[in-house]
Amino acid sequence: MEELFSEIKPALTQDEALAEANRCLSCFDAPCTRACPTHIDVPAFIKKIATGNLRGSAKTIFDANVLGASCARVCPTEVLCEGACVMHDLHARPIQIGQLQRHSTDWAMAHAMLPFTKGTRRRGKVAIIGAGPAGLACAAGLEQRGIDAVIFEAEKEGGLNTTGVADYKMTAGFSRREVAFLKQSGLTIKSGVRVGKDISLSDLERDFDAIFIGVGLGRVGKLGIAGDTLPGVVDAIDFIAALKQSHQTPVGKKVVVIGGGNTSIDAVTQALALGAEEVTLTYRRKLEEMPAYEHEVELAKKFGARFEFSLLPIRIIGEGKVQAIEFSRDDKVVRIDCDMVILATGQKPHLPFFESLPNVRIERGSVVVNEKMQTTNPKYFSGGDCVSGGKEVVNGVADGKLAAQSIAIWIEGKHG
Amino acid sequence: MADLSINFCGIRSPNPFWLASAPPTNTGDQVMRAFDAGWGGAVWKTLGDPIVNVSSRYASVDFGSVRMMGLNNIELITDRPLDVNLREIAEVKKRYPKQVVIASLMVESKREAWHQIVKQAEGAGADGLELNFGCPHGMSERGMGAAVGQVPEYACQITEWVKQVARTPVIVKLTPNITDITYPARAAKKGGADAVSLINTINSIMSIDLDSFSPRPDVAGHSAHGGYCGPAVKPIALNMLAQVAKDAQVAIPISGIGGISNWRDAVEFILLGASTVQVCTAVMHYGFRIVEDMVEGLSNYLDEKKIASVSELCGRALPRVSSWENLDLNYKIVAAVDEQKCIGCGLCYVACNDGAHQAIGARAKNGRTEVEILEDKCVGCNLCSLVCPVDGCISMKQIDAGRPPLTWKEYQRNPNAHTHLAHK
Repeated sequence: MEELFSEIKPALTQDEALAEANRCLSCFDAPCTRACPTHIDVPAFIKKIATGNLRGSAKTIFDANVLGASCARVCPTEVLCEGACVMHDLHARPIQIGQLQRHSTDWAMAHAMLPFTKGTRRRGKVAIIGAGPAGLACAAGLEQRGIDAVIFEAEKEGGLNTTGVADYKMTAGFSRREVAFLKQSGLTIKSGVRVGKDISLSDLERDFDAIFIGVGLGRVGKLGIAGDTLPGVVDAIDFIAALKQSHQTPVGKKVVVIGGGNTSIDAVTQALALGAEEVTLTYRRKLEEMPAYEHEVELAKKFGARFEFSLLPIRIIGEGKVQAIEFSRDDKVVRIDCDMVILATGQKPHLPFFESLPNVRIERGSVVVNEKMQTTNPKYFSGGDCVSGGKEVVNGVADGKLAAQSIAIWIEGKHG
Repeated sequence: MADLSINFCGIRSPNPFWLASAPPTNTGDQVMRAFDAGWGGAVWKTLGDPIVNVSSRYASVDFGSVRMMGLNNIELITDRPLDVNLREIAEVKKRYPKQVVIASLMVESKREAWHQIVKQAEGAGADGLELNFGCPHGMSERGMGAAVGQVPEYACQITEWVKQVARTPVIVKLTPNITDITYPARAAKKGGADAVSLINTINSIMSIDLDSFSPRPDVAGHSAHGGYCGPAVKPIALNMLAQVAKDAQVAIPISGIGGISNWRDAVEFILLGASTVQVCTAVMHYGFRIVEDMVEGLSNYLDEKKIASVSELCGRALPRVSSWENLDLNYKIVAAVDEQKCIGCGLCYVACNDGAHQAIGARAKNGRTEVEILEDKCVGCNLCSLVCPVDGCISMKQIDAGRPPLTWKEYQRNPNAHTHLAHK
């Protein structure tokens, strides 16, 4: 069973990586680089693999994206760098950029290379709330510029990288290794510290020049229909987080996953991997309208998932535990018998925390920022899922990186 | 079907494809398997006094993922006893009377030694002799191989000795490790050679191990210069072939050698004056089986061109090999990009901008690089079309200058009459 959780794509061998690297055309001002939210110089790092300069290759990656190792695993490369590869126009397979990036970053981690170096100390101290991709990238960007950054993490270091990515893409263990790798370069993380409970925002305001909010999103929450508190009704975020702790997580025989995003796909594939006999993904709209990537949907099909569309959940039925769920479709009631319902209808924002932020505007559940990632309170910056409403790891990194640059400029201006 | 058979200074061969004197022709077993595969002839691995070889012997240059773009070796002539080789030559000739066996020879520079080896080779039934005046490594240190080929007088002298006793055609194999290859070619002719073959391998150090600092091929941490061959040397071979073929003082048949890997390469050699071609590296890479495509490809090509016999191709491109001073200065081409085919990789832009004449403009469009040829700046150098990864995307189109052809000599007589050629 464990193999169902192991990474679907095995790492490239040395020979495979060389052959693939040599296939790259080395485009000028390359489309893949443009398509990457962190603008990794892809042709440069690939060329360096071809010449055997893996240290230089990894440096090119980390200079643009300190989380290059996890992005190599979890990025939807099909719609980003590899989707932009000119090889498509030559009717050839795109270069396996993600796999090559993994080749270099794996080498770097195995050879105790540092992902970044701290800059000469300058004035300024920044509090980062949340050790997810955005927070880590922001902290690294600040430390590189010589500004002290302290990350406060209430739950798991690595954020959703550690708790929310299906194991076949990246294990929790790898995410922890990556955080440890970043710490070797000098990131400071205060773990188990919840801002607002263990330390107050006013304390942070007093002790730090700026505050970066990278708290991401919360749990999916309830549907607000009858029966959604029955045992057997599970939050997709909790389900995947539990699963990443232990592959012995209980799963039903007949599972219904509600939602059409990439998280629902993860829930579907992981429920099947755990041994569920039948897993049905239900979505309230049509297949074409599903927010999940096409390649993710294909993957779920490969795992053996069933798909039902245009189903709006009405109520969950059961005595003491889930026995069935009823949906409406075209004014008709559709009933699916099941013993587990996984809710994947979208993560909810951390609203109570947002409300405690002084003069920081929140709109439709997201922190509002300008093009510099600065909120309406100039001392507060933000990025990642709590701003975007839920995007990719690489978008979080890009936000954190940009925020670090803006914060450094802002602090410089403040201190004159 | 076109006639592929060849009469090479009296030696009849079923096709122009011969194996060069090298490891693939080391034994009778190999040569017979090659003939079974379709090779028209084989030049036996050079016979001579017994030698001892080193280990390792070969090294290669890769290009990207392509292996053995170039190969070199520090192997010497045959290390098998002469009587064994002679016996096997006789056996091969008995079993394969229609295929050509040429004995490659190299002995010390004494008339008696040459007379003896010539008689032995012919006695075994060789159809012809190839005098190895080209081997650049090992043997040359002992005054043989390239040491002979680099001194036209020596080459002439030994050819004369051989011709004193030879009853079969004598081919002199030339070394490219010389300033002007026509000199030893003329010397061979003067000595009475019936033909020349070229090129032998080029002096080379293949590479250095970045960890041990040992050159390759590594022999206990050291190496020596070796003979370079394979696809990488083909342009050098073609040039030397053309030089010899155009030289009126040589005017004897030529067997072309140097990086020939397929029928297309072979046709190029034939067009520049080779009557037969010899192959080594491609066989060392892929085996004797490659000859099937060579024979088929050549035959189909001749049929398509409605050429009855391969001999008719010989030298047909030679009149077009000219001198720079005869080229037309008024001929003008510029690059044209097929926008439908362009994939937006930007390689033509960076090549032209950094490496040539700044005649391509670029801008980002839909995440790709859109390029534009600046015709007034384009000098028609070809570079963009060479780097473009898409077949037929960048073509060079001729601009009608409306002026008659103009050579450098004519231009020099009165540059002021041709101000349109001045640098802008």
